[in-house]
Amino acid sequence: MINLLMRYVNLLVLTVSVLVIFSFSLAYLFPGDTLTNISGIVPETDAQRAALEEAFKLNSSIFAQFWHYLENLVSGNWGVSFTSQVGLFEQISIAFPASMELTIYALLVSIVVGIPLGFIGGIWHHKPFDFGVVSFSIVSYSFPVFWLALIFITIFSLQLGLLPLSGRVNLLYDVPHSSGFILWDIWQSDIPNKYDAFIDAIRHLILPTASIALVTTAIFIRFTRRAIMDEMEKGYIDAAKSRGFTTKQIFFKHGLRNALVPILPLMAMQVSTLITNAMVVETIFSWPGIGNWLIQAIYQRDYPAIRIGMLVVSVFVVTLTITIEFISRAIDPARDKFERATI
Amino acid sequence: MNPNSKSRYIKSTLLLSFSVIVMLGCSKQKTEITQAGITFCSESSPASFNPQLDTSSTTADASSHQVYDRLLEFNTENGQIEPGLASSWLVSNDSLTYTFQLRKDVAFHDTEYFTPTRFFNADDVVFSIDRWRVNSHPYHDVSGGNYPYFQSLDLKNTIKNVTRINGYRVEISLFKPDSSFLANLATDFSVILSAEYAMQLIESGSPSDLDKKPIGTGPFKFISYRKDQFIRYQRHQDYFLDTTGPENLVFDITPKSSLRVAKLITGECDAVAFPSQNDLEIIRERDDLTLLEKPGLNVGFWAFNTSKPPFDDPKVRRALALAIDKTSLLEAVYLGQATRAKSLVPSASWAHQSNMQEIGYNPITARKLLDEAGIPNDFTMNIWAMPVQRAYNPNAMKMAQLMSSYLADVGVTVNIVSYDWARFRQNLTAGMHDSVLIGWSADNGDPDNFYRPLLTCAAIPSGTNRAMWCNPEYDALIESALNTENSNERRLFYHRANQIIFNEAPLIPIAHAFQYQAVNNQIEGMLINPFGGIRFDDVVRKQ
Repeated sequence: MINLLMRYVNLLVLTVSVLVIFSFSLAYLFPGDTLTNISGIVPETDAQRAALEEAFKLNSSIFAQFWHYLENLVSGNWGVSFTSQVGLFEQISIAFPASMELTIYALLVSIVVGIPLGFIGGIWHHKPFDFGVVSFSIVSYSFPVFWLALIFITIFSLQLGLLPLSGRVNLLYDVPHSSGFILWDIWQSDIPNKYDAFIDAIRHLILPTASIALVTTAIFIRFTRRAIMDEMEKGYIDAAKSRGFTTKQIFFKHGLRNALVPILPLMAMQVSTLITNAMVVETIFSWPGIGNWLIQAIYQRDYPAIRIGMLVVSVFVVTLTITIEFISRAIDPARDKFERATI
Repeated sequence: MNPNSKSRYIKSTLLLSFSVIVMLGCSKQKTEITQAGITFCSESSPASFNPQLDTSSTTADASSHQVYDRLLEFNTENGQIEPGLASSWLVSNDSLTYTFQLRKDVAFHDTEYFTPTRFFNADDVVFSIDRWRVNSHPYHDVSGGNYPYFQSLDLKNTIKNVTRINGYRVEISLFKPDSSFLANLATDFSVILSAEYAMQLIESGSPSDLDKKPIGTGPFKFISYRKDQFIRYQRHQDYFLDTTGPENLVFDITPKSSLRVAKLITGECDAVAFPSQNDLEIIRERDDLTLLEKPGLNVGFWAFNTSKPPFDDPKVRRALALAIDKTSLLEAVYLGQATRAKSLVPSASWAHQSNMQEIGYNPITARKLLDEAGIPNDFTMNIWAMPVQRAYNPNAMKMAQLMSSYLADVGVTVNIVSYDWARFRQNLTAGMHDSVLIGWSADNGDPDNFYRPLLTCAAIPSGTNRAMWCNPEYDALIESALNTENSNERRLFYHRANQIIFNEAPLIPIAHAFQYQAVNNQIEGMLINPFGGIRFDDVVRKQ
């Protein structure tokens, strides 16, 4: 166990260090002034330049600079955006929860819809209902997410006029920022018309969540269906049948649990795909999340923002993936580390 | 679970989901808050909340008529100058002294970050004007110390003194008569700030907040701003005029013009700025939307940085102009919603010259001139395309792409450059460009408002002279025109200036475009303000 933990911690530390070194070198690789790339401030006077160079230790050796860079990263002193001169830490702490919110809801929808459907398909496999489920999952798995988002907008927003196409909530509701999760923020705020704002936020959530969740739902359906089918064909099920257990008993007591254990980690691994998709869909629905924020930064050549934004997103995804991998290995040591899902 | 309870379960689930759908569907109707507020989809983030610091119409839209008032106002219908914070004014016989009687009991905004202890008075007027006029003023260098509008008109050297006579009377004396002085006080840029707030900020050590968290006397007070996201305002309850404006006003910053129109269609915006030419038909066809249009007092042009070789050579500039077919630019970029520009002023102005000569399309002569000027065949230049849509140039990027193919025909390679709007203009003022596609919207109907800021020497440091071009002969003509009362004589001066522009080609006028604004039919009272920023003080939503 300790061995395993050490191995994963090593992996995490190494990967994150590589990412941090890369982001640090970006300050030198991006065009323009290194000082501006690293601080986000364009010095107006020589005195100011000297002060900034001192503050960022640009006159010291490259190792001292890197050490200072690390210190700043850890202490949340991430510099300011080139274009707005607002602190990057502050901006990311607003944008990141927005993306997480979308990801979490999409994950919930995928679990609530995908697992039961896959489950029914697995039990009644090769029956008409199963064919329906399989076709649905194949079709939705094949949709490019951004295209689906655009189709949803065309149908539900522009043609039918049912749902809004951009943002998290009508801007006329002045929801104070606390956790960054809009539904939670509205719930525990004391703004007037809280109920209306809540409904409005849900209406804004439907289309982006649906566009991301559809693909993941399809994957979940296929994981669950395949796992149930495999499990129900195993010997012990036959043995249980021959002892006179009812199908219901066998299924709920043994089949389901045994089928779910190996696929839960596989599903957790889908979270990084979900985050990626969320970042794509954000730009289409003008959702003020990290993906949208990064795209804006790229358009505006806001090098400090691009540097930090990429670092935050990649460190988050790497940490998440490694943690999930570790937990699933720790729970089920028999697992072959090269095991892959069958879809 | 018996079959009975199962069907009950299914029924209740269906009922629940049905009621959720109904609930969501119903809420499309306006709720109390959305009914009392107005959302305007604007095109870009303002550079600051003080129009003294910036001539961009984004800044003017976000602050001039929302947060502030001026001493004088333009009537949006006929362009007459009307009382604003000054209830009356007197001009001396020699036209050198202006005395303003100020309104009493005008309240400044009471916000979370400032509580006024007194009403508006003469101190605020003196403070607001001296801030940009007097170099030693404690606020002069705050937020960059650049006051482009006033610098481009050289008003600093027009005004001799601003004196407080008593609490509600201010006297402004001039060095020389200036027929456009009152009009300048009514433009978007001559806003009145709070001197009390400014002093308080100096004490608390954050003077630049004056331009970021604005306090004014206007119909709306500033609540919050997040770059690239939104600006929130709330109605100023103690506004000195009776207005019917909305309780809450939100600027939803949406840089993509197609998205703005889409939001207008879904009702997420009540009005949008600068609908793109492609979307005009869609708006016209819909019964629930109205398209407001007006021939704009504007000009879109291609300016060369004449301070940089080889663009300091008129021959090179002429050659590059000859390589471009303007007709195709007008068709592809403005989709016919603009008239061809031959000089700076559009035909709506009395100073327009209809028989003006124009540099035509002739790639062969162009190449010949380039050869004569010693420009090699693999010459590379950059064209800066502005990142925002404006009436005078709805799609600078597309225009730059078209132009690069024309210039490739004469052996010139083009790099297209763009930044975000604030940095774009900052770098332009620093003269980092070879050439730029940009334009100008007039702040008042006077032709001087085109000729002076766009090409005079004084307008170079202030950053409105994008050609960085300085010609004493031209400056003298513009000066003489301003000192002339007779408009026929004035026109002749401007025609001579046009000839110089034609010969020297510091910039190539491209188009005068119509100005558009699209609004939802539920909204009443929206107008296109030909003299600058958008106004919401009398906008209402029909019940």
